[in-house]
Amino acid sequence: MANSVPECYHCGLPVPASAEFPVKIEGISHGMCCRGCQAVAQAIVENGLQAYYRHRTALPKSALGLIPDELQKLDVYNHPGIQQSFVIAPSEHLRQATLILEGITCAACVWLNERHLQQLPGVKEVLVNYSNHRARITWDERETQLSHILREIQLLGYRAHPYNAQQQEDLRKKERSADLRRIAVASLSAMQVMSLAVALYGGEYSGIEHGMAMLMRYVSLIMTLPVILYAALPFYKSAWRALSSRRMNMDVPVTLAIASAFGASTWSTLRGEGAIYFDAVTMFSLFLLTTRFLERGARAKSTEAVENLLKLAPVMATRVIDGQHQVVAVLELVQNDIVLVKPGETIAADGVVVEGESSTDESLLTGESRPVSKEIGAAVIAGSMNLEGPLFVKVTGIGENTVLAGIVRLLDRAQAEKPRIAQMADRVAAHFTYGLLLTTAIISFAWWWIDPSRAFGIAISVLVVTCPCALSLAAPAAFAAAGSRLLKRGVLLTRGHALETLAQVTQVVFDKTGTLTYGKPLLQKTMVLGDLPEARCLAIAASLEQASEHPLAASFLAAVDRTELLAVEQAQNMPGKGVSGSIDGQRYFLGNRHLLANADSSLMLAAAERGASVVWLGDDSRLLAAFVLSDELRPEALDAIAQLKQAGLGVMILSGDGQAAVRYAAERLGVKDYCWEQRPEDKLQRLHDMQRQGAVVAMVGDGLNDAPILAGSQVSLAMGSGTEVAHASSDIILLSQNLSDVWHALETGRASISVMRQNFAWAIGYNLLAVPFAALGYVPPWLAALGMSVSSLVVVANALRLRQA
Amino acid sequence: MTPILIYMLGLMFFIVVAAAVGFFWAVRSGQFEDLEGPAQRILMDDDDPMIPHRRLKKGSE
Repeated sequence: MANSVPECYHCGLPVPASAEFPVKIEGISHGMCCRGCQAVAQAIVENGLQAYYRHRTALPKSALGLIPDELQKLDVYNHPGIQQSFVIAPSEHLRQATLILEGITCAACVWLNERHLQQLPGVKEVLVNYSNHRARITWDERETQLSHILREIQLLGYRAHPYNAQQQEDLRKKERSADLRRIAVASLSAMQVMSLAVALYGGEYSGIEHGMAMLMRYVSLIMTLPVILYAALPFYKSAWRALSSRRMNMDVPVTLAIASAFGASTWSTLRGEGAIYFDAVTMFSLFLLTTRFLERGARAKSTEAVENLLKLAPVMATRVIDGQHQVVAVLELVQNDIVLVKPGETIAADGVVVEGESSTDESLLTGESRPVSKEIGAAVIAGSMNLEGPLFVKVTGIGENTVLAGIVRLLDRAQAEKPRIAQMADRVAAHFTYGLLLTTAIISFAWWWIDPSRAFGIAISVLVVTCPCALSLAAPAAFAAAGSRLLKRGVLLTRGHALETLAQVTQVVFDKTGTLTYGKPLLQKTMVLGDLPEARCLAIAASLEQASEHPLAASFLAAVDRTELLAVEQAQNMPGKGVSGSIDGQRYFLGNRHLLANADSSLMLAAAERGASVVWLGDDSRLLAAFVLSDELRPEALDAIAQLKQAGLGVMILSGDGQAAVRYAAERLGVKDYCWEQRPEDKLQRLHDMQRQGAVVAMVGDGLNDAPILAGSQVSLAMGSGTEVAHASSDIILLSQNLSDVWHALETGRASISVMRQNFAWAIGYNLLAVPFAALGYVPPWLAALGMSVSSLVVVANALRLRQA
Repeated sequence: MTPILIYMLGLMFFIVVAAAVGFFWAVRSGQFEDLEGPAQRILMDDDDPMIPHRRLKKGSE
């Protein structure tokens, strides 16, 4: 389908017909979609960085959210108390901080940031890491301030968040360096020992001086020492840990094989006769180290992305002093401060509710998934999520420890959870190891009777050839590869079971607002029904929405001047219905038909062309006004849904919006199954009905009202722009905001399960096939090491296929 | 033949140690931390403002 709407030159979103935001770039005037993009493009041009547009390979995020008060918040980062947690001082006046850059989409973004920041006065060094989106910035505090740097980054259309490197992160970095060094040592040694081994084997056939052979054996021994003493250390440690806790892991036979092969070879070398296995030892260590490094690297990458996301969790809180709302850093809060926590926000500090009524989700901290209701006097915990109404909280406990505990828990959960199938593989591998040790013992005992001189070599062959490395790598390698493929597309897996469940999905359920559409409806029309003038109605509506996170709230706030907002008391948020509150002693309601019983449906029909939503404003007795808002469908939604239907999956829309709006969207997308005016409990009911009929449901949602169904469905995907609650209760986060990635995720899930099945078949088949040959003495140790390594590499290479396409 | 082999084996030690030292240095100086960025960065025209005639053109605008 051809799209005639012009696209924003900066971010690629469609340009509304009414928009007039041109920018001249390299002599040609380009149209932008909003003031934000215009400002960003202007800033890029003014700083002589137009080359960005030539080199970029992906479009940046829209700068629509770039509003002045966002910039105001940055000043708190200059506060020494706040800087303490993430700024280091390399010398007296120099300061250095690590920032997470949100919005990096391609290498040109890295260039743009580095170039622009480097030319600022006072900025000494800027280094942006493209793989983890973190920037290290060094500046002279006499010449510039951190808030200034952050502001410049925002002017380019990116968002910077301070990143305080935790010990965990440092540890991971150190481990990675150590792994790299070990691989280097093992590969250098293996290369030398292998070439000597070839010479020795060749020498056996064509004749070699005994002195020369001895020299080469000693050199091999010396070259193997670094591997034994340094590179193979992790295997010994892991084996020791397992044995001391009376468990079995695959490093036990690995250690046994390395130690005994090295011991025997050394003895042969010193005696001057007998077989040596130095080549097998070094090769075995090298291949094992490499496969593990590849697997760990893929996993670390997804952890980094999760961490980046989590660091975006609140460092700011809204403090209320004499009715004035003031955004401050969480660290700046002191005891007895009053903070406002809007629904959908994470509570920044421990405290007691002093005004408002709501419920909170404390599952991150306690594991209890039911919402806990909170009224005046109830204690709330930092890191828990406010679900319904705005809460005014008196701070009783501060310190990042409490918040951090919750954050760390979420991260740990994502990492610690292994898919069921991987857990099974681990258990099988452990049993397998026992069996393997037993088999080896029996075989070497048998050979001891038959031919004692060959018993040792055969025992080592069996031990090495049957090492269950391939078996225990089969699942994690596939998951890591699939995870990193999805991450490249901007799809983040946050739960271990996600991929496995994705492969079985039969039904996909979409929320409409914010998921199929942009979730940013614009106010189209105001109809006055009572005696209040239009401007007054709008001001009341916007003030009521001030404390809400519903997508409609932003469009009301965008339609009025922020200085005209009225003070609201007893604000209450009713998910699926609307909001209410008192202004100047008069109680007002704003919401859909559920909230206002006397809302006239004939008026609604008249307004509901083109799938617009209608919001009603009323007081205790009568209706005051109706607002018509409409929200555009995402352009890729049609294709994404067609793809899902083509693959034979059921597609359904469950929305809290009105019938006309949902029907309009469903008809345009070709979805026959749709339900409107669904409250969270209705959605959950429908979900349970489907599940009872045996459907495996994938839910795609974004909002507060989707949280229960996201948590209740077998696998859930949340839009990256969604609320924090939606993120926390979903298994997958679509950072890309692209609906076609729903299909990619499902496809990757299926592909990874089939790759894993192939891997298991290969690993088990290989081991069963190799044991008899090794037991009968047909496999020399070097061939055993090669076989084991090739088998592991086949498994890893097969898994890496998932990263392509 | 033997002396040259002994000499080669000695040389091998030297080369291995040099390679190991070089690699350790590369790891420590952070060359393995970002494996994607530098490959892309080389394509950017960082030197645009340093080329005289370009700077001239910009000034005359």
